[in-house]
Amino acid sequence: MKKIDFHTLGPLIALIALIVLGTLLNSAFLAPANITNVLARSAFIGLIAVGMTFVITAGGLDLSVGSMAAFLAGLAIIAMNALAPSLGVHWGTILIGMGVAILGGLAAGYLNGALITKARIEPFIVTLGTMGIFRSLITWLADGGTLSLDSGLRTLYRPVYYGGIGWLTWPILCFAAVAIAGEWSMRHSRFGRHVEAIGSNDRVARYSAIDVNRVRLMTYVLLGMLVGLAVVLYVPRLGSASGSTGVLWELEAIAAVIIGGTALKGGRGRVWGTVMGVLILSLIDNILNLANLVSPYLNGAIQGVIIVLAVVLQREKHAASER
Amino acid sequence: MSVLALDNVSKSFGPVTVLHGIDIALEPGEVHALIGENGAGKSTIMKLLGGFLDPTEGQVLLDGKPVRFASGPDAEAQGIVVIHQEFNLARDLSVAANVFLGREPGGWRLDHKAMQEATAALLRRLDSPISPDALVGDLSVPDRQMVEIAKALSRNARVLIMDEPSAVLTHREVGALYDQILRLREQGVAILYCSHRLDEVAHLADRITVLRDGRVVRRAARGELTQDGMASAMVGRELQDFYPPKGQPSGDIALELRGLSVPGRVHDISLTLHRGEVLGIAGLVGSGRTELAEGIAGLRSSSGEIRIDGQPATIRSARDGFAHGLAYLTEDRKEAGLLLEKPLRENLTLAALERFGSWRIDASAEDAALDRATQDFDIRAPRRDMPAGKLSGGNQQKLLLAKTMLTEPRILIIDEPTRGIDVGTKSQIYAFIRQLATQGLSVIVISSEMPEVIGLADRVLVMREGRLAGELQGAALTEDNIVRLAMGVGEAA
Repeated sequence: MKKIDFHTLGPLIALIALIVLGTLLNSAFLAPANITNVLARSAFIGLIAVGMTFVITAGGLDLSVGSMAAFLAGLAIIAMNALAPSLGVHWGTILIGMGVAILGGLAAGYLNGALITKARIEPFIVTLGTMGIFRSLITWLADGGTLSLDSGLRTLYRPVYYGGIGWLTWPILCFAAVAIAGEWSMRHSRFGRHVEAIGSNDRVARYSAIDVNRVRLMTYVLLGMLVGLAVVLYVPRLGSASGSTGVLWELEAIAAVIIGGTALKGGRGRVWGTVMGVLILSLIDNILNLANLVSPYLNGAIQGVIIVLAVVLQREKHAASER
Repeated sequence: MSVLALDNVSKSFGPVTVLHGIDIALEPGEVHALIGENGAGKSTIMKLLGGFLDPTEGQVLLDGKPVRFASGPDAEAQGIVVIHQEFNLARDLSVAANVFLGREPGGWRLDHKAMQEATAALLRRLDSPISPDALVGDLSVPDRQMVEIAKALSRNARVLIMDEPSAVLTHREVGALYDQILRLREQGVAILYCSHRLDEVAHLADRITVLRDGRVVRRAARGELTQDGMASAMVGRELQDFYPPKGQPSGDIALELRGLSVPGRVHDISLTLHRGEVLGIAGLVGSGRTELAEGIAGLRSSSGEIRIDGQPATIRSARDGFAHGLAYLTEDRKEAGLLLEKPLRENLTLAALERFGSWRIDASAEDAALDRATQDFDIRAPRRDMPAGKLSGGNQQKLLLAKTMLTEPRILIIDEPTRGIDVGTKSQIYAFIRQLATQGLSVIVISSEMPEVIGLADRVLVMREGRLAGELQGAALTEDNIVRLAMGVGEAA
């Protein structure tokens, strides 16, 4: 008799339960506008969380992603504003801004990864440090206020967040594509296998001729680029960045990864689970806003309970299989 | 009267019965050896006696009265102490803190002085020079074992259950262990001793119980069973040709080291390895054998010249080693060899993944490789998708061998090929190694078990304190000569 595997099915069951609950509480829940809204808002954390799944699976951690997103958004806006007078309000300007965000993410991820693998500093310490650095830099760049994108460019750029194919907006499509690619890589690519091996036991990986430092560095670079991609989709939403952009994104991303069944100690990555985790967290938020049962101010508390519960359920499964 | 006994005990896990009607009695002042192949039921018996498991049928008798231990600590409180193969010590605490862990004297305030004095007294009783203040993490493996024994003594052990205590020790250290065991026996402690080393059993045991497939197949008193007799009883058939016949290496030199050093560990080693040869490397643990192998394989930084097939080779990582057709099979299969939580397939192909697709992993090719490996190396796994850590030690070692062979090495360095493996599987692994050499592979076997190097190797190098102490072959290849070279006493006869 095969028992329910909470690692893979648990998050899915929770997600379905939430959808049923949401539908019962408010008929507007299943309206296309609401679904688009929930999915599009999930996309930022979702893209980051997919990258975070690889970092955590390899036995690492990145606390800097929220600050990094704010910093990259600031950089992209500054770059586009600076180019607008010479290049004009033009897609070329926006593409350069996008390039700045993604290449900046690559560089920031490389910085984290290099400090961890080459200087051999704990990931927690390194990214705690860079978290402070990026946050401080964006606040400084914005001079304590807000950096706003040129209004002409903002109008041009807007469809990247709000447009798309039917109700599938670009953020949703990007998130879906990255999630599928991430799941595929974790399951079927050499990179994914190496990431799991390193997180499971890095000494075994080293003795098996895996370039442990390179793979580890790659996970941080990948995460940095996905943060950059999230920024590309985020900037057209509000057209601005400030010291309070992306606050607590890192914890939401880590929470989504953990709810999805990826082991925090590494070695077992579940990209599908992470996607479920992201959706669960944003559905809770959405349902609380739609229904008047509980104050939305309690959102954080409910999410906290879900995180702890998810880990407890997964551990019980684990303990049972130990026997 | 026996202190601790199993009375007609059977034990089942779900539908699987692993022990059938076992009677075993431990007498005070007696060393009782429990031997059997892996999977014969030794560890289950130890767990039943140590209070970690309850019998399905039958009972455990303490001083002749039926008893049911609530847990391991409960059994320990009644004077039954188990020393596990993997030590149960906190590395970051001092020796004294470990000895009194969980039973610290004094109220809410730690009485450091009392713990230190009591620990020092225990260590004196064991003639051990270890300081009670030393951190366990800084101690050598044999010293850690001494701490375990001191810990057992501090609990006023009446019964001491030892699981493969000598597996991690070298020849000399084993001698010290024997002294401690004999001393405890004199003090009236009942000792259950599990070991794969039959020479120790013959030397130490007052009484021997042989297990096979969960049943007691033979009981003997001291002197009634020869080592051959024990092995036959364990396996259930006569063990003929335990070691395969030796080979005839060609004159071609596959690997040559010129002045290889690993900083602080290995000094100025020069050696040659011929095609088709099995070269043994003997020496005490800590003599630099593993460090030499890891230096050759690129897992440690080394200086000096490595020539492969006559060409100088630069090997800075395991990857470089594989590229030159040189593979190292680690002695530490649990920590450096296999991913214990991962299934067999992922373990098998880990070191050779690029052979299974350039980017995408070809899962069906992997499955085919696993089929071939389980057949070629006789890996016995109840289920294909089981984690490697659930395999028996012998099957783990075969899987590790299969994994290493997937990289298609021409030079193979095997460190402790049969550590903690039962007699039947040992013989199989020896046959595999010889077969590989016959196929033209050049093999270096590092081993602490002298009969193994002598039985298996065409030629043996002995290391001492990071240097080559000598070379033995033919008639000069005897245990006595190896010990002399390894310990640095006199010349080889």
